[in-house]
This record gives sequence, structure tokens and C-alpha cells, in this order.
Amino acid sequence: MSEHLDHEHEGGPKNDYEEHHIVSPAVYATIFAALLVATGLTVGASYIEMGVFNPIVAIGIAVIKATLVVLFFMHVKYSSKLTKLTVGAGLFTFLALIGMTLSDYISRAWGRW
Amino acid sequence: MSSTIVSLPDQSTARIPKINFITKENGLLSWLLTSDHKRIAILYLISITFFFTIGGALAGVIRLELLTPQSDLMAADTYNKVFTMHGVVMIFLFLVPSVPATLGNFLIPLMIGAKDLALPKINLLSWYLYIAGGILVLYTMISGGVDTGWTFTTPLSTHYVNTNVLTTGMAIFIAGFSSIFTGLNFIVTIHKMRAPGMTWFRLPLFVWSNYAASILMVLGTPVLAIALVLVALERTVGIGVFDPTKGGDPLLFQHLFWFYSHPAVYIMILPGMGVISEVISAFSRKRVFGYTAVAFSSVAIAVFGFFVWEHHMFIMGVSSYSMLVFSLLTMLVAVPSAIKIFNWTFTLYKGSITFETPMLYAFGFMGLFTIGGLTGVFLGTSGTDIHLTETYFIVAHFHFVMVGGMLMAYLAGIHFWWPKITGRMYPEKISQLAAVVTFIGFNFTFFPQFILGTLGMPRRYAAYPPEFQILNVFSTAGATILGVGYLLPILYLTWSLKYGEIAGNNPWQATGLEWQIQSPPLTENFLEVPVMDHDAYDYEWLERQKEKEVASAG
Repeated sequence: MSEHLDHEHEGGPKNDYEEHHIVSPAVYATIFAALLVATGLTVGASYIEMGVFNPIVAIGIAVIKATLVVLFFMHVKYSSKLTKLTVGAGLFTFLALIGMTLSDYISRAWGRW
Repeated sequence: MSSTIVSLPDQSTARIPKINFITKENGLLSWLLTSDHKRIAILYLISITFFFTIGGALAGVIRLELLTPQSDLMAADTYNKVFTMHGVVMIFLFLVPSVPATLGNFLIPLMIGAKDLALPKINLLSWYLYIAGGILVLYTMISGGVDTGWTFTTPLSTHYVNTNVLTTGMAIFIAGFSSIFTGLNFIVTIHKMRAPGMTWFRLPLFVWSNYAASILMVLGTPVLAIALVLVALERTVGIGVFDPTKGGDPLLFQHLFWFYSHPAVYIMILPGMGVISEVISAFSRKRVFGYTAVAFSSVAIAVFGFFVWEHHMFIMGVSSYSMLVFSLLTMLVAVPSAIKIFNWTFTLYKGSITFETPMLYAFGFMGLFTIGGLTGVFLGTSGTDIHLTETYFIVAHFHFVMVGGMLMAYLAGIHFWWPKITGRMYPEKISQLAAVVTFIGFNFTFFPQFILGTLGMPRRYAAYPPEFQILNVFSTAGATILGVGYLLPILYLTWSLKYGEIAGNNPWQATGLEWQIQSPPLTENFLEVPVMDHDAYDYEWLERQKEKEVASAG
């Protein structure tokens, strides 16, 4: 983080923002197409009976789609390490919420009280 | 050795600077549309004091009801509403925004040498959201109140009660965004707007602790918002996430709720700890002992704070294996808190201690927070928790942390920076008296509750067995003393706005950047961008500065 220290406080937009990466329309179009395909997959998967894997497949596809949106549409792939760290912090907190809550659910004395 | 470090300018010649952030513009609109972080801090200060008064009045009514064993002052369901509203108002409208939104807003840009926060309009928006949430809470109160307790525990909140759960939930949802915006603003400001030379390890510890609290606000509050939305959906359309007959689980709500609400107690206490670091250093004329350890302990509290929430649910039917894990993790949080207390104590060691009002409040904090924190360890131990939870022991525990800790820290901070905010001093003797009265009143009110709890008096009931009456009378009597202790500052601080002595730039001879500029500060804070060329709390640097001034004046 020390690389931020010496920058000019009043330095104008050049110093205040990380360099903007220009993303070509082709990339956006590819991602958009990928999202559409994934949506189709979700709909298709809903017609196939997979037992316990029903929600796993649906959520799996949704996570992949969300990752694509965050990385490309929200420009996180081209952002500074600090931005990536921020996104990572949110993800980490979310995993703590799910993981630690599951520590209760998987070990509860279901039906034995 | 003098008994005070207060150095005020010659009162016959001293004047409040003609141009400052208060006098720069006039009229109500100049306040309501301001983007100046200092003015927004004052808007927050006024509105928070308003809601604190309401919450305090509700607390008074609770104590009055508990004066006698029967529920005679009010009906039991009215009592339920009163303690619920007391909790909601005090937690979401006072404790969470107290230090960050007032002192933090005012001081963080000054301390890091910036002209304002990074997102001034978002800052104003956060105040409007706070007010919107506050008005909704007032509306709830007038239109019949809510009686779930501030925890909205399911299935009570979703299936059984018929009170204003939805409007209260919406109020908290909105006020939550106010808190997220404040946190976001602080994080961006502290990362991006530090003055040249202001490295991370030259930041005042107040900034570190607010930074840690901001992380919690930004990462935790959305989970509370979702939990409340789910309660609303469960109540209105019955989606079934918390309803076992539809495959849901009522405990899921508590997992989501405490995932925010446990870190929320660190949102409340961390900025207060920052205040204490500043005050202890200034009134013992020493650099805070183990600066780095204190700074990192704030971050450690923030991180550990996310991994302990299940200790609120030990008797609710959670798995006993995960109880073991959460109980152990809870012990971990005591470590960084203890680091802070020990380091402050070492800061006092061989310091030139003086006993001005902020220091008295800080001493109050150290004692009461230690008791509150250590009884937290009792409660974190799953075995003792089963006996003590849902009794008055827990009420006493969190009031020791929140009132004895946080409110003491808040008052320490308000007194410490009052001369900077207003340019005037408050009357010293009466404020010292108020600090002592608060401390005595506090112990009278809440210490008996520890005993009541161990004897088994449950919380949240309007009536209790007659053998508990003596201790309850103690507690209610203490509450009246405590009330006087809080009324005094409101009176003499208001008085001082017009009649207080002129404070000058640096009445405490403190080292922070905020003390090197005029009081009250200019709207732009600094005439030129300050360059930080020394560590925080460097009192030798301050001495050298004074020598330079004398030399140039001569």
C-alpha cells in the first residue's frame, strides 16, 4: 500500500485514479454471449432431474455468471490490487458467513432431541 | 509540576477567528445543503443527541417500572414495547453512528491533512438517510411501537406479534445504509487522501480504529439488511426461509442477524477506543505505548469480530460441536482488547498525568470496559453462558461495554475536541464533577444487575419475584444519578457556546494535525497542504515548534 503515499494530494485526475483500461466491444459482446448461453443452460438444467445436484448445478452456473460480470463488466480484472483486495474482502466475509453457519447445520443433532 | 496542561490564550485579547466553517455561510439552507464534513458532523451531533435523549427517557421509564416487583406502572406488553424501542433507538440511532459520524466525520480529514472526506455528497446523503430512518422509528413509536426486542427473533417477529415490525425493519434498513456510506467514505478517504508524509504508521490511532470500524460497517451491515428483508418477506408473503413447516429454519435468522450484530458491537466500541488512545496520550504527555500493536489490535478485533457471532445463540439449539468452536474463537477477541488496555496502562506509566475532564472519562472507560469485557469472557464460555444468558447478567455486561465503555469514550471525545469544534472551553470544574457523577451513577445502576443476573432474574420481564426488589431499587436510584450525569454536559456545553473561554488553537498542547490549525477550523481546513514530517504523538516535535514560534515572534 506504500505506493500510494507519495502521490500529490492535489494532483488532479491523472493521479487520483488508476489508469483506465479501455475494454473493446468484442470483449463485452463475448461476455454477453457467454451470459446468454449460461442462462440457457440454467433453463435447460431445470428440465433434467439430478436429485441433490439440482441446486448445486443452478448455483454453480449463477456463480460463474456473477464472476464474469464482476471481472469484465465491473472492470475488476483491469483494476488495481487494492480494488481486487476489496472485492476479495467481500467474498471472504461471505464465505465466513456461509462456512461458519454450516458448521452449525452439518453437526446439529437433527431429530435426536 | 503544574496540575494542568491547559494553556489558553490571554482572554482579554483573544478572539474567535472571524472566518471559520461556522460563520462562513449563514442560513438554514447553508447547513442542510452543506458538503463540509465539519458541518455534517455538527448536524449528526445534534440529531444523535436528540435520539439519545429519547432512548434515555425510555431507559428511565424501564427503570421506574422495575422499581416495584409488580408490573404496575405499565402493562406487560407496553413494557415490551418500551424496552424494544429503547434498544432500537440506542443501538441504531445512537451507538452505531455516535463517534464515527460526529467526531470521525469532523476529525478524520483534519487528522490526515485533507480538505474534506473523499465523497462529500455521499456524506450528506448518509445524514439524510439517518434522519429518514430516525423519523420512521419515531413514526413506529407513535403508531403503536414494536415489541419483539431489538433482535427481531423469529418466529416471534414473523409469525406471532402484531406490532410494527415492518416499519421498524425498514427504518433500520435505511439507517443501515447511512452507516455503510459513512464507512465507505472513511475507507476511501484514509486510503486516498492522506497528506504527503502521512504514512500508515504515522496516522493517529483514532484514524486506525475508525478505519477498522468502517470495514465492519461496509462488510457487515448488508447482511443485516438482507436478514430484515427476509423477515419482511416472511411476514408479508410467507416465503418460508425461517418457517420449519415450509422447510425453513428459525435459527437461520439469528445466524444472519448476529453475523452483523456481533461485529456491530465492535463498530460501536472501536471508534471509542480510538478516542481513548488520543486522550490518554495527550494527558500523560507520552506517545501511546506500543503504537503498532494498538493499531493492529483494532484490525484484529475487526477480523475476529466476524467469527464469534454464535455465542449469542448457545442456548437456542445450535450444534454443540459448533458451540465449542465459537466459544474458543470468542476467547480470541479478548486478546486484542486486552492489548489495548495494557498498552494504555503502560502509556500512563511514568507519564506526566493530569486529570482534565476527558482524562477522567477515559479512566472511567478503562475500568468499566475491563469489567464489561471480562464478564464477556464468562458469557463466551458455553458452560457458564447456559446459566447466565437471558438474565440481568447479560444486561449488565453489555451496558458496561456500551454505556460504561462507549458512552464514556464518546463523552471523553466530545469534551476533548469541544474547544476545536466550537473554539470555546467548557467550565472545567463542573465538567469534572459531571464525569465523576456519571461514573458513580453508572456503577450504582448496573453493578447490582450483575448480582441480579447470577441470582437468576431474567431480562425482558415487567414483573419479578419480590426478593429481587432491593437490588432493583439500587439500580433505579443509580439511574437517576446517571441521568443527572448526562444532563449536566448538555447544559454546560450549550452554555459554553456563548460564554465559554476562548480556547485558542491548541488548549491541550496535543500533537495531532487538527490542533495545529485555528479553532473552529476554516471550511478548507488547511491553508496549504500540510507535510507530515514526524510520528504521531511526538511531543518533542511540538516543543520544537513552540520554540520556533517564540524565536520568530521575538
